[in-house]
Amino acid sequence: MFELTFTEEQQMLREMVRDFTTNELKPLAAQIDEKEAIPDHIIKKIAELGIFGAAFPVEYGGSGFGEIGYCIIQEEISKGCMSTATMIGAHASIGSNSIYLGGSEELKQRFMPALAAGEKIAAFGLTEQGAGSDAFNLKTHAEQDGDYWVINGEKQWITNGPIADVVAVYARTKKGITAFVVEKGMEGFSAGAPEKKMGIRGSKTSTLKFENVRVPKENMIGKEGYGFPIAMKVLNAGRLGLGAACLGSMKELLALSTEYAKNRYQFDEPIANFQAVQFMLSEIAVMIYNLESIVYRTATLYDLGKMTQAQAGMVKFYASESIDRTVDLSMQIFAGMGYSREMPIERFYRDARINRIFEGTNEIQKIVIAKDILRHKGSIFF
Amino acid sequence: MNILVAVSRVPDTTTKILVGSDGKFIDTNNVKFILNPYDEYALEEAIRLKEKNGGKVIAITVGPATAQDILRNALAVGADEAVHIKSEQNFDSFFVASQIAEYASKMKPDIIFMGKQSIDFDSLQVPSILSDILDLPLATIVTKLNYEGNMVKAEREIEGGKEVLSLQMPCIISAQKGLNEPRYPKLPDIMKAKKKPIEEIDAPNYENNIEIIGMELPSRSRLNKIVGDTDEDIKEIVRMLHEDAKIF
Repeated sequence: MFELTFTEEQQMLREMVRDFTTNELKPLAAQIDEKEAIPDHIIKKIAELGIFGAAFPVEYGGSGFGEIGYCIIQEEISKGCMSTATMIGAHASIGSNSIYLGGSEELKQRFMPALAAGEKIAAFGLTEQGAGSDAFNLKTHAEQDGDYWVINGEKQWITNGPIADVVAVYARTKKGITAFVVEKGMEGFSAGAPEKKMGIRGSKTSTLKFENVRVPKENMIGKEGYGFPIAMKVLNAGRLGLGAACLGSMKELLALSTEYAKNRYQFDEPIANFQAVQFMLSEIAVMIYNLESIVYRTATLYDLGKMTQAQAGMVKFYASESIDRTVDLSMQIFAGMGYSREMPIERFYRDARINRIFEGTNEIQKIVIAKDILRHKGSIFF
Repeated sequence: MNILVAVSRVPDTTTKILVGSDGKFIDTNNVKFILNPYDEYALEEAIRLKEKNGGKVIAITVGPATAQDILRNALAVGADEAVHIKSEQNFDSFFVASQIAEYASKMKPDIIFMGKQSIDFDSLQVPSILSDILDLPLATIVTKLNYEGNMVKAEREIEGGKEVLSLQMPCIISAQKGLNEPRYPKLPDIMKAKKKPIEEIDAPNYENNIEIIGMELPSRSRLNKIVGDTDEDIKEIVRMLHEDAKIF
């Protein structure tokens, strides 16, 4: 028997995050977009509720909800505000996860409790000007100098860059790519101005500059030369979480579109009576059902330590393509009102587009998936 | 300080209610249940009082086996222990109050909190019956509380104004919206709630004082009338408001 059910705790988690999103986040989502900032009191509340540390084990200051719990959170938060979901994702799923998945016990004990509690905010520093899809080609480098590593280079498109206290920085060393924890206040480390983005405007994205930043050798994540596998492992988690975030926004769009279609009259009847509109709602629902199924199936595999890179890639690819189709259909149902900034549809429309780009473009996902297919002679399913 | 909070499991306000096939009770299939919203204020007040003065908060409910989820909710928000008086039969307010009274008479709480009413049957009876059985002072529909020693000052809503009562503990308070801002359960506490104890007590068989004879949904049909804008039409509207709708 294959059944998808949630535990009582997972349901309580969902209820709590849903209430928080409905009561506190949704009313501010338009303002967060407009002012390009998530208010401090919201970030504080997210921290207090334990949302930042939900996925991590209790011994590192988390609540032990695992990846399934994290996906539930991303889903519910994204019903209200994808900027906030992105901020949480950059902190927990790729920033903190670099230390959690790649770091030594000592390093985890040093950093994880404050990160899980949201007392410190994390970011993930991999991408560079010449190293986007070609991440392995990164130029930031680190050289050993006694008990320190000296980092030089520049990162870009770093979510949480301007607000991060802790950054997992991937740099080239003699033995390959190595990850380090760089902390706010270290001399020579600075963040650029926030980028002016099309969507997820409340999340802060910037460049990070490293000019002879001296990092104690204890801040190395894992072993020298093992940074790239850590980055890939971290991104796999990130891609799955991205799928959950898309899922949440799509559910919200279906709810909004349905309500609108039932109340918008043309030709003396609700437009929901017309097949043209019904078909759009059905198409969205089919995508949601598919995505919901693969997100939680894959999250279950993740928690069992069995998720493959291709599976994460398939979730990411399908989620981002589906949300783009969904926002487009919702916009068509809302028509003129959807195009107006009075309604949230145009915000979802703008927020959705990045999902096909970040955490590895969809083209990269297809390469990853194809590699897996070819390696297994076309047989990667039951 | 020992604090007892009586909580109730009710259908979610957004749930679509249907009457069951016996015509005497709602069809509980596919109905989402929640902790009664007024009980959330009672629970919050209890936890705040405990945080200030120490002691423990025990949440109690009377209901079927499925009602245990709201006790887990109460434990996740901050109750220390929970008591589940189990009964699968349909029951009236007197039964609920008498079961809570029986437990309270052994536990001897310093104060009992509960919502002013459950949003399912809306009887508003349990606080009063409980107060009668236990012979304890009661303040209902309370929006503000102050504690001085073993005295409680309770501000309650009355028609068009407020009334302030002074009660001596032990006493009973029924909570109204506005009493406080209920907190969200924190994630570590949701996990910890799993390990907190729920005492299960089988309720005795009981003959209801009140029998439900029938239940039906409110009629949804509306009598819309469209009139024009001539002086005659305006006269007709006035007549309809006066004679048909009897508004004035």
